[in-house]
Amino acid sequence: MAATEKKLPVTGAGPFNGILTWVEQRFPLITLWKEHAAEYYAPKNFNFWYYFGSLAMFVLVIQIVTGIFLVMHYKPDASQAFASVEYIMRDVPWGWLVRYMHSTGASAFFVVVYLHMFRGLLYGSYRSPRELVWIFGMVIYLSLMAEAFFGYLLPWGQMSYWGAQVIVNLFDALPIIGPDLALWIRGDYVVSDATLNRFFSFHVIAIPLVLVALVAAHIMALHEVGSNNPDGVEIKKNLGPDGHPVDGIPFHPYYSVKDTFGVMVFLAVFAVIMFFMPEFGGYFLEYNNFIPADPLKTPSHIAPVWYFTPYYSILRATTDNFMVVLAAIVTLWSVGVVTARAHRPIRILAMIVGALLVVLGFVYVERLIFVGVFVAAALASAAAMLVSRGATARAYRTLFIAAVLLAGFKLLDAKVWGVVLMGLATLIFFLLPWLDRSPVKSIRYKGPLFKTAVALFVIVFLVLGYYGTQPVTAAGTFISQLCTLLYFAFFLLMPWYSTIDKTKPEPARVTW
Amino acid sequence: MMKLIKTIAALLLVVPAVSFAADTHVHLDRAPVDPEDRASLQRGARTFVNYCLNCHSANYMRYNRLADIGLTDQQIRDNLVFTGGKVGDLMKVAMDALEAKEWFGTAPPDLTVIARSRSSHAGSGPDWLYTYLRTFYRDNTRPTGWNNVIYPNVAMPHALWQLQGEQVLKETQEPGPGYTRTVQKLSLAKPGAMSPQAYDELVADLVNYMAYMAEPARHHRVTIGLYALLVIFILIALSYALKKAYWKDVH
Repeated sequence: MAATEKKLPVTGAGPFNGILTWVEQRFPLITLWKEHAAEYYAPKNFNFWYYFGSLAMFVLVIQIVTGIFLVMHYKPDASQAFASVEYIMRDVPWGWLVRYMHSTGASAFFVVVYLHMFRGLLYGSYRSPRELVWIFGMVIYLSLMAEAFFGYLLPWGQMSYWGAQVIVNLFDALPIIGPDLALWIRGDYVVSDATLNRFFSFHVIAIPLVLVALVAAHIMALHEVGSNNPDGVEIKKNLGPDGHPVDGIPFHPYYSVKDTFGVMVFLAVFAVIMFFMPEFGGYFLEYNNFIPADPLKTPSHIAPVWYFTPYYSILRATTDNFMVVLAAIVTLWSVGVVTARAHRPIRILAMIVGALLVVLGFVYVERLIFVGVFVAAALASAAAMLVSRGATARAYRTLFIAAVLLAGFKLLDAKVWGVVLMGLATLIFFLLPWLDRSPVKSIRYKGPLFKTAVALFVIVFLVLGYYGTQPVTAAGTFISQLCTLLYFAFFLLMPWYSTIDKTKPEPARVTW
Repeated sequence: MMKLIKTIAALLLVVPAVSFAADTHVHLDRAPVDPEDRASLQRGARTFVNYCLNCHSANYMRYNRLADIGLTDQQIRDNLVFTGGKVGDLMKVAMDALEAKEWFGTAPPDLTVIARSRSSHAGSGPDWLYTYLRTFYRDNTRPTGWNNVIYPNVAMPHALWQLQGEQVLKETQEPGPGYTRTVQKLSLAKPGAMSPQAYDELVADLVNYMAYMAEPARHHRVTIGLYALLVIFILIALSYALKKAYWKDVH
């Protein structure tokens, strides 16, 4: 096909019409521009929370651009890394500025991403048809955590070193493959020059490539289905005579100028932190990280950077005692499901007796005997499940899952389950589109149950984050355990409370 | 002699008698430092080079960076570079790390960024250094003969003892809120070449210098930050006006 036959000439670009037509006939430049900016119709009622998506993109650009300049002077070598960062801070012209932009940007990235995710939670932006937008976003979040983790080793300070040591050792806890896996990640028996080199490689090329590709996928998926809005109603249901949503406005120029304003306000906050408090009280740049890494001196208190601390709290909350509580909860759940048709008093009695027996067994019975009993129970339920159907099969499936979990709880150390729970705590966000069964999307029309749950979840997340920065205390561990249970309850009970909640009717069109 | 004994630091460390290991509350004195005081920074640099740089390095700091605090290359060469090196050299130290470890039990740490690493929620890094350098006391149970109130069993002997003199530690039990606590007080047993006040000023200058050395760009950073904010606020106003203008026709 000859190029000239393909596309109509470009108009409206004045003297550039000719060159743009030439380009458009060879590459869909104007088509892309229209699809994603000039003719991408976004709801006109975006509020404050809708700034954080474009801000996250802006911070990504800051991180990539400053990162390029840092790599020009940084030395990924255990004997030179710390000195090269100080060299950047002192001898490289404007090096201190670029470094502070990057270190402040790292924390800013998580601030805007957490707020962006919270926006999704508030307005049900993960609900159909935006499940893939949410999933791509979650993969971005996980990649960002990997990016931050790998990058944090590079300054080669004490916190860099021991933080990496602690996190890599988590893999060590996994059964069978753990030690080999940890060794494979580190490339050595301890965090060393080999580890620094591979983390550098991941940080500057592997993960950024993944991040950029995922951001593209996130936006393509979003533009395919259209943006949600604070009312959670679909603007595509009300099309005007021109075929565009009545409540939609073209992203460019309306949201490009609005987001420009957002970027400027963000820059003011960013500049205040970067220029006047770059350490941010030890949270953005940890004080201990001004001491060069010393494999022979373990710091008395190792805390990850603030954005990881909620998960770190969940890891530390998973003690032997906590496993007993989990065993009781699994028992209550499975007995409750199995006796669903029994009379209420009998059902409650069965749940309590079952939980008591399991707790007593968990605490007093020999590990092998306990595990043996529940493995046998699991096999029996599996066999029964295969020969039965319908509700009976489902009951046996529940028993099978419970028996496997209980055997596992006793068989493996609490530390392993801590790692598992920490992993689940990050992964469980993926399920949100299917856990939320509310007839409405936006919190504006959701009922008191959901609102309370979201408020509690925010508090729990912050409390977990706080205790993750603190040394272990008995009270701190207890509160973290409580918060860990509430954290998972927020997700696992959502199908229930979002269904029975009293919602308000959604408006037909966005409120404006 | 008794007249000269003067309590210079009170209530430095309060140890609740009930939980000896856990709850040690450290009180740090506020370091009277002023990063804008060039004379103080220059005096501090002299003290640093004369007393600290014999054992401790400042491996990331170049001598000629001291132009920041108003010194010319010639002044630096004449007064501060003792090793016969160049003014562009890093502040390295001749002491061998392995030998140092044999002598002190640990190699003296590099001091370039020590003022940043010693920050904590109890106080800034300079506060810690200012308190630390004034709370050495005689302790014959230690190999060096010296101990420190906020850094117990420190490996470093009191490098400035000829200036400060020799302090001794007195511990008294006092009733605290619900428990007895040990209050540590330091007093000067043997005066040094300087009066306690002059010594405090010397340490303040030294700490001021060390805070500067930990982040030489600090002064620059704050100044530029103010200009940057000014520009950003103008951009906020402009972008807000632009947004308003474009959004006029959204109904």
